[in-house]
Amino acid sequence: MRSPFFKKHLESKAKMVDFHGWEMPLQYSGIIDEHKNVRESVGLFDVSHMGRFKIIGDAESQIQHLITNDISKIGDKQAIYSPMCNENGGIIDDVIVSRINSDEFVIVVNSSNIKKDLDWITENVKSCEIQNVTDDYALLALQGPKAENVLKDAGVEQIEDLKSFHLLETKLYKTDCIISRTGYTGEDGFELFFDSKQLQVWEKLLETGTKYGIKPIGLGARDTLRLEAGLMLYGNDIDETITPLEAPLKWTVKFETEFIGKTALEHKKVERKMRGFEIIEAKRVARKDNKVYDEKEEIGIVTSGSFSPTLGKPIGYCFVPVEYSLERKIKIDIGDKFYDSKLTSTRFYKR
Amino acid sequence: MAGKKFTKEHEWVEKSDQSIIVGITEFAQDQLGDIVSIELPKVSSSFKQNDVMVIIDSVKASSDIYCPVDGEIIEINEKLLEHPELINQSPYEEGWIVKIKPSNHEQIDFLLSKEQYDELVGQNKE
Repeated sequence: MRSPFFKKHLESKAKMVDFHGWEMPLQYSGIIDEHKNVRESVGLFDVSHMGRFKIIGDAESQIQHLITNDISKIGDKQAIYSPMCNENGGIIDDVIVSRINSDEFVIVVNSSNIKKDLDWITENVKSCEIQNVTDDYALLALQGPKAENVLKDAGVEQIEDLKSFHLLETKLYKTDCIISRTGYTGEDGFELFFDSKQLQVWEKLLETGTKYGIKPIGLGARDTLRLEAGLMLYGNDIDETITPLEAPLKWTVKFETEFIGKTALEHKKVERKMRGFEIIEAKRVARKDNKVYDEKEEIGIVTSGSFSPTLGKPIGYCFVPVEYSLERKIKIDIGDKFYDSKLTSTRFYKR
Repeated sequence: MAGKKFTKEHEWVEKSDQSIIVGITEFAQDQLGDIVSIELPKVSSSFKQNDVMVIIDSVKASSDIYCPVDGEIIEINEKLLEHPELINQSPYEEGWIVKIKPSNHEQIDFLLSKEQYDELVGQNKE
């Protein structure tokens, strides 16, 4: 599958990669350069591979049943992040639900889960129209401290008043666009939904952003940015065998609401917990599935590992027994030997 | 470049008196992307052909570098420990990795020529 912007990426000399069946840009100028550009200024991401569903009808209480977070906390034109769990409390997906109005919701899901999620939602949301609009809408992310300036210069009025996780229905270069103040980088930023035929929006944003040094950003830097910011990657860090209480997602579980998996989450004892780690001994980078040791005893597993361009050192996330607290020394087996490391928070970067 | 030999694993080898200089190719550095660290062998350690002698970490992957011929490490590029990105910036010059004293010079003759290597890389690119 290809995003509507596929040709633009080739024109920008992107190195392309297969991502769950989508041919997407891995990098343009280089992962570290792109990463720093987002932290220091602004970057433009094509995330059209993310799944998008529209639900029309009286859906609020049924969507509440699907997600662990509390949907009643958001009003019209607001969004909420939440896991969607199975009966055992395992994470089917982590999604963003946007409430356009009381009869219209948009759910953004991971590209790897589009079919599974559509089936699950269809099974659980009755008497509503559920549309898979993934191909109908383009989805771009504009992220970084200068993202707001770019939209302001593009003529979007009152963008400075848009709060985090709020939506604005507006025009962007004369194209109808929904702008949400959300992202996956740990920076201020926006996600832009518009008709997938309006390809010129990509170029125009790059043009408007020139004076801020805007760059197109690939999936490589998207991964290092989210890793530094403590954000989960479905399929790496979380999946159906992992609960939100084991992952650092306790804040998204609202036991005062009713949702699938609630009983399991209330009763299951949390025995392992996700922590961040830093490798102290060398600059070796740990990768997914590397094993974690306390001296010689195997105690856990790495779910994500990379090099942090902001901190200049190797970081990652791992699962360890719940009693292993922050700063505790561990060792990680990277294949050739065990490397001295320590447990940290999963949030390595705060803006 | 004319005097260089290549391996299927994307190392280059250049003869220099009785020793050889080893690095990775432009194609290899481009595939790896931003290199962030390198584990170098100890000087005077010995390797057989195709043994793993160096590990390179880029942001996106870890990669083994194989010893192209039997021999002993006589020098390592210590600059790479502080500046592994030299491999990205200058894979054939400043980004050289080790110098080896080969124990079997014939093995060098059997490595790929530039033409053979270019053909191999061309195939990898489709």
